[in-house]
Amino acid sequence: MELAIISGKGGTGKSSIAAAFATMGSNVILADCDVDAANLYLLFNPPHDEEEVFTGSYKAVVDQENCTLCRQCIDYCRFDAIAMVNNQINISEASCDGCFLCSRICPEQAIEMIQHDKSRMYTGSFRDGRMVYGWLAPGEENSGKLVNLIREKVKKLAQQNGLSHIIIDGPPGTGCPVISTITGTDKVLIVTEPGISGLSDLKRTVELVQGFKYPAMVLINKYDLNPEMTSRIEVFCDTVWIPVVGKLAFDPQMTEAMLNCKSIVEWKPKSETSKALNRIWKTILNF
Amino acid sequence: MIKSKHHIIAIASGKGGTGKTFVATNLFHALKETGENVMLIDCDAEAPNALAFFDSRQADCIEVTQQVPVIDSAKCTFCGKCHEYCAYNAIFILPSLEIIKVIEDLCHACGACLVACKYDAITQKSVTLGQVSLNSINENVNLIEARTKIGVMTPVLVIKAAIRQIDHRNNIVILDSPPGTSCPFIHTVAAADYVVLVTEPTPFGLSDLKRSVETLKQMNKPFGVIVNRAGIGNNEVYDYLESEGIELLLEIPFDKEIARICSNGGMVVNHNPALKHQLLKLEQKITDKHGIGHHQR
Ligand code: SF4
Ligand code: SF4
Repeated sequence: MELAIISGKGGTGKSSIAAAFATMGSNVILADCDVDAANLYLLFNPPHDEEEVFTGSYKAVVDQENCTLCRQCIDYCRFDAIAMVNNQINISEASCDGCFLCSRICPEQAIEMIQHDKSRMYTGSFRDGRMVYGWLAPGEENSGKLVNLIREKVKKLAQQNGLSHIIIDGPPGTGCPVISTITGTDKVLIVTEPGISGLSDLKRTVELVQGFKYPAMVLINKYDLNPEMTSRIEVFCDTVWIPVVGKLAFDPQMTEAMLNCKSIVEWKPKSETSKALNRIWKTILNF
Repeated sequence: MIKSKHHIIAIASGKGGTGKTFVATNLFHALKETGENVMLIDCDAEAPNALAFFDSRQADCIEVTQQVPVIDSAKCTFCGKCHEYCAYNAIFILPSLEIIKVIEDLCHACGACLVACKYDAITQKSVTLGQVSLNSINENVNLIEARTKIGVMTPVLVIKAAIRQIDHRNNIVILDSPPGTSCPFIHTVAAADYVVLVTEPTPFGLSDLKRSVETLKQMNKPFGVIVNRAGIGNNEVYDYLESEGIELLLEIPFDKEIARICSNGGMVVNHNPALKHQLLKLEQKITDKHGIGHHQR
């Protein structure tokens, strides 16, 4: 089974929940696809067995020697990445989308495309199994591509090691990286928190998964912080035919576990939260 | 000295859920209460929710579109040039079967294929990426929301369109920035004079904070840090701030009451005068230190 854990926004407890599932001794391999803010490895501190360079997008660079200031590249660039600054052609790295057009149309061939290679994909082992995670260099695009790579890698490793469950900690939002995360998975778990913002993020996430017709479930974290909003979320889930597989109470031991580099089921296996997570995991497996 | 026309502050954090929107909306509300001309722009276009905290009226809504290619297979000679020019694999071509297609989900609307085609087979059409809504709480537009259509590849163009709506009559503009350190974040904070990073004192919070700090340093942006939910974690965040010489702007203690008010869509500053005072003082400090000069032309 391949389970993707997502939420409209970060900070809902996704990673702590993924960590809990991964440490229940159930044959699991972990993939951290929140490449923009990979955090799971902090809990498991896996030594890097393998490090792979992820080559992301290209960026255009001008060779000032050959540039004749004809300005054609400025006209063609649709990302407003090129401007004339102090009588020189200047290409903004942040705005350049790497489309190659300027380098193709430049009559002097003064623009070169340089590929970024600061992003990485790591594979490692931790006490209960193996994990794969990505690290996207700041400002780097193409997170969807890196997500795909991680997922391919994790599938291969699962097969090689006879691990039957893949757990993916997904990125926030409703864009390309999330779509790459859930495409082709067996199950999607949406983690949400009771609140005005939580509900609006949930609505967008549900719209996304239903567009793809995925079997999705909802877990309400910290449900007791606002019981009234929790029931509103439950009603909403009912109306869109998405089951709520469980609720977790606000539990400071979750943070404590994180501070001690453990998952909650390792840190306090007998706690209410751990018991609830065990039940939820079984429900998910049978879903 | 001339006071700057407007002063732009971005409220950002490495990841979502640290209380960025809480700080942005409450700072906005507190300033507005003092009679300041202030504008809030929700740039978290993939999960916007600042609007939900206010009673506002929509004054206008702007569609954000991009131009994607349309290929006329009757004119197409299946030379494959557009496919070759497309850096994103968005053109699918099977010359032997005379099939050519644009995969719109992959298209970045760069226009390279248009330049490549020598047979006039490619035209363009507009597709919607999202909306920018202009809202007013009293009579002036002071609340702007960027919202991408679900599944759109990147929110950058929608965010830029929202930032373009900054009304110069406002003295202070607050940007509620998207999470992460990739392009959406960069394009938001690039528009700001000063960045307030909101973090929490946990290992996750610290790791995200470090990434944001590195990015802002590379960009040469002045910034400071608010530690939210102080008391739930450990001291590592504080040690880091000290060793890096980063200004700790404010500590907001973890408080279930704050969480409850926020989750109901309320304004914490209405119930917590101390926080209101602290936020206003914080803004004053930032404006005094960084607000003058940046936007003089
Ligand atoms: S590669 Fe494309 S996006 Fe980058 S500068 Fe050239 S034309 Fe603009
Ligand atoms: S506009 Fe650019 S991305 Fe879109 S199909 Fe043409 S070449 Fe590819």
